[in-house]
Amino acid sequence: MISNGKSKTVIELHVNGDSHEVTVRSGDTLLDTLREQLGLSGAKRACENGDCGACTVLADGKPIHSCLSLAIEASDQSLMTIEGLMGSPIQQVFVNKWAIQCGFCTPGFILNCHALATEHPNASDEVIEEWMSSNLCRCTGYQEIREAVQSVVRASGNG
Amino acid sequence: MIPFDFEYYKPTTAAEAGETYQHLQEQGKTVMYYNGGTEFITLARVNQITADAIIDLKGIPEVRALELQGDLLVIGCSVTLNQIAESPYFPLLAQTVKGIADHTSRNKITIGGNLGSRLAYREGVLPLLLTDCKVKVAGGRSGERVVPLTQVFEKQLNLEPGEFLLQILIDQQYLNLPFVHLKKTKHSKVDYPLVSVAALVKDKAIRMAFSGICEYPFRLGEIEEVVNNTTFARKEQLKQVVAKLPAAIVDDLQGSAGYREFVFRNVLRETIDALEWAQK
Repeated sequence: MISNGKSKTVIELHVNGDSHEVTVRSGDTLLDTLREQLGLSGAKRACENGDCGACTVLADGKPIHSCLSLAIEASDQSLMTIEGLMGSPIQQVFVNKWAIQCGFCTPGFILNCHALATEHPNASDEVIEEWMSSNLCRCTGYQEIREAVQSVVRASGNG
Repeated sequence: MIPFDFEYYKPTTAAEAGETYQHLQEQGKTVMYYNGGTEFITLARVNQITADAIIDLKGIPEVRALELQGDLLVIGCSVTLNQIAESPYFPLLAQTVKGIADHTSRNKITIGGNLGSRLAYREGVLPLLLTDCKVKVAGGRSGERVVPLTQVFEKQLNLEPGEFLLQILIDQQYLNLPFVHLKKTKHSKVDYPLVSVAALVKDKAIRMAFSGICEYPFRLGEIEEVVNNTTFARKEQLKQVVAKLPAAIVDDLQGSAGYREFVFRNVLRETIDALEWAQK
């Protein structure tokens, strides 16, 4: 048994290269734990239903909805939040392309884009669309986001 | 956040998972097996589902298998839809699961979870119904057993209390046959299907399985007899297939029954047209 369902459980989360001991309820989502215990507020709470992608983080390099993951099941994974990409070239590309607007969805898009460029450095436009359709932008700034992602992917392919 | 607490177990063998389930059930607890967890978290958050304990299956090595073993393709129940979509073994299954949910969600949704879903679509089962595949089931009082999929899946996954799907076993002869997968949605690519069809040709006969059109996924011999009767004109085939559907056509906000039937006929026509060369 990892959690007895009555008292909180101490687990270790590996986030952005650091290990953190956190005390969680079995029902705490990864999103709750990152935001409220580790102060990593880059992952946004929005639909909490896996529909919008605002809470996207990377688990072992793969994008996941942190609202649809329990903190307790993430303890053996290497996690990355948007705070782990602070000051990165990809962040600057999104700024340069004006792929930001209100900024609420931006962390999710950037993390998804980072995983895509890492896994598929020569991704076609079709693959880019498939990956990016996991994220919604309510400002509807999709054209600028598309250009930013294409730019990042092309740069990673050339590198 | 899930508004209730539950015991969380992560066994490392199938036997341990089954024993844990039995032990907890004997204590009168509501127990659930847990794979990707997307459906559990979604429903638990809004109190549509509850559990005293969950047993996370992902610590069991067999449930993560995705490989050829002799003449069989073995797929563990905790393999994610993206892992299947990116694997080279069974292109029809890869294409079908690629149409389920969005890319990020598919990193969490598992094939076992899709087959056991409470939602009506369960599209991952469609290619499996075409292959006469078997499944390895564990956790029950009788231990592990290998049975034809159709013995435990009719409309939905019907396992004995305490049992869980361990692996799917598909004969290699089905993996690279001519196939078609079509999914039609009302608005966007990421949506539930109005109609989803998986089809393949085996021994010059088309096999077809459907989701979306009726309230459960199905494959029906009577429909395949009509589809493979080349003496019928196409229009007559479509009419007869619609007449042989096993249940009423779904009529809901996503699509009226009339609209779904229209889409279904077009999908059927497109599928047969695409595969009729392989019938000759």
